[in-house]
Amino acid sequence: MSEQTKKHHSPSYSIYIFVWLFLLVLTGVTVAVAGINLGKMTLAIALLIASIKSYFVLTIFMHLKFEDRMFRIFVFVALFFLAISLILLFSDYSFQ
Amino acid sequence: MSSDSSHNVSYLDYKGRWKGKITSWIFSTDHKKIGVLYLFSMLILFSIGVLFGFLMRLELIAPGKTIMEPQMYNSIFTLHGIIMIFMFIIPGLPAIFGNFFLPLLIGAKDVAFPRLNLLSWWLFMFGSLLAILSVFLPGGPVDTGWTFYVPYSVRSTTNVFPALIAAFILGFSSILTGLNFITTIHRMRVQGMTWFRMPLFVWSLYATSWIQILATPIIGITLLLVVMERAFNIGIFDPSLGGDPVLFQHLFWIYSHPAVYVMIIPAMGIISEIIPVFARRTIFGYKFIAFSSIAIALMGSLVWAHHMFTVGMSPTAMIIFSVLTFLVAIPSAIKVFNWVATLYKGSIQLDPPMLYALGFIFLFSIGGFTGLIQGALSVNIHIHDTSFIVAHFHYVMFGGTGFGIFAALHYWFPKMFAKSYNMKTAKFSFWTLFFGFNVLYFPMFVMGWLGMPRRYYDYLPEYHIYHFISTIGSWIVVIALVAMFANFIVALRKKEKFTEENPWGGETLEWKTSTPPPLENFDIEPVVDSHPYEYKMNEPDQDLLKEEGTK
Repeated sequence: MSEQTKKHHSPSYSIYIFVWLFLLVLTGVTVAVAGINLGKMTLAIALLIASIKSYFVLTIFMHLKFEDRMFRIFVFVALFFLAISLILLFSDYSFQ
Repeated sequence: MSSDSSHNVSYLDYKGRWKGKITSWIFSTDHKKIGVLYLFSMLILFSIGVLFGFLMRLELIAPGKTIMEPQMYNSIFTLHGIIMIFMFIIPGLPAIFGNFFLPLLIGAKDVAFPRLNLLSWWLFMFGSLLAILSVFLPGGPVDTGWTFYVPYSVRSTTNVFPALIAAFILGFSSILTGLNFITTIHRMRVQGMTWFRMPLFVWSLYATSWIQILATPIIGITLLLVVMERAFNIGIFDPSLGGDPVLFQHLFWIYSHPAVYVMIIPAMGIISEIIPVFARRTIFGYKFIAFSSIAIALMGSLVWAHHMFTVGMSPTAMIIFSVLTFLVAIPSAIKVFNWVATLYKGSIQLDPPMLYALGFIFLFSIGGFTGLIQGALSVNIHIHDTSFIVAHFHYVMFGGTGFGIFAALHYWFPKMFAKSYNMKTAKFSFWTLFFGFNVLYFPMFVMGWLGMPRRYYDYLPEYHIYHFISTIGSWIVVIALVAMFANFIVALRKKEKFTEENPWGGETLEWKTSTPPPLENFDIEPVVDSHPYEYKMNEPDQDLLKEEGTK
């Protein structure tokens, strides 16, 4: 496959629809889980589901899966910045 | 755009499809014109900010009421902060000189997204006008301080809402500029312009752009949360509704501390451009300076809570943030040492840009060292929220970034406008500014150390002498600024054109095109085959070596 065709590769409509339906299902699961009393796990499960949804939005809808390495590095830098910020933020809240 | 007829036209003469004098500027997508638009809009805003600062100092010349009521004083210092920070010093260097010179420095015809670039200026203007409008709307000018701390910003009856929305819009403008620059640097470097042949100003813009993209959305969402809190009483930040005001401070400073580096890193880039040109020496430690910009951007993003040592954070967090604060001094010091090493045995010319660059190093060093004092936990408790902080901040931001902006203006003015300014007046305004600056801000260190709180309308008689000296300093600073701007205005009104390509003897690409630059920057696309600061002065003198060999 030439580089040019590789760059312009994108998933078929059926993939988009499948992912969209999957995201809707996950939204339903989030709502359902919110109604169950799981104690401290409630928040963790909601964040886990949100992360899975973000993964699919980034890779499929935002085409990250089909872009070159530089774009993935950019996203990694952003996520790294977010992670470090959260860790440092909780260095305050976790030790109060 | 690329038609032959427009190829050699100066960017100042090219009007494109807009025939009007004003429309050919405000709808132009040329990066140079957008840079100039930013320059003039920001200088107007800066003048308003100076006026507010001047009035504030005048009020403080003596204890008790002098020229205004306390409520007006609160609004004046808030507006001084909002205008200077959000509308001048954060966007200043990237938006003015980044826009104008980034494509020139890397040999490109324009930035990657010219229309987005124009949009960012329009957003900037819209945000700025909204902030200024908030002064005149019913409710009165915002009085929360530029930090919008909750719960006061939720409860204040002044025009907090338009000011918050204005800051939000200005943030958008900043993100778009950052996005544009990162793409331009990655995609549009001319042939031979490898990463380590890029001028150091470009490296500094690259580091800055990353902060703009990563950190600005956090302030955006935080300010929106305050808006929602005011409108719907949600209870995110307001403690009376179960919210956490310290969380606001965390979110605010996660952006606003890195924003300090958005202000200072490009100024450091400017200094790295000027020092080698006026010392006639290759920059010492190119890679260290380049990577220290990245290191400052990275580490500077992790030190935000040193603004919050007295709010009741956990001791663990306080120790972590204190240590990180000390660490961020390392890359800053790397730059200062490398600049000084570049000057060593250089053939130094004390022209106005160099004077401002040297002024930057001196004042930034004082600002930097006093920053370390505040990074120490115990000392921080003593000087927190005193005028010591105000002095430190102004030494770094005005003495650092402000002097950096003036250095850039004096350095690139002839190239931008094809006009020459009066050197004597420029030197006079520098020395007056340098002197006035120290008279204005140094007493603040002393009275802050003695316990004078910041932002107070009134004070005890023992602080009078310091306030008095400081206010005299503000008059000297205003005289210097008037002289500087008058010098530039006189130069702009000159009929005589200055067409010398390279008046300072620079080696970077902007000096290898005509003055003023043509519409698409270069008549012939340049090819880069060497490093940006190769001065022969730096090479060993062969004759001298021979002489020493015969001895």
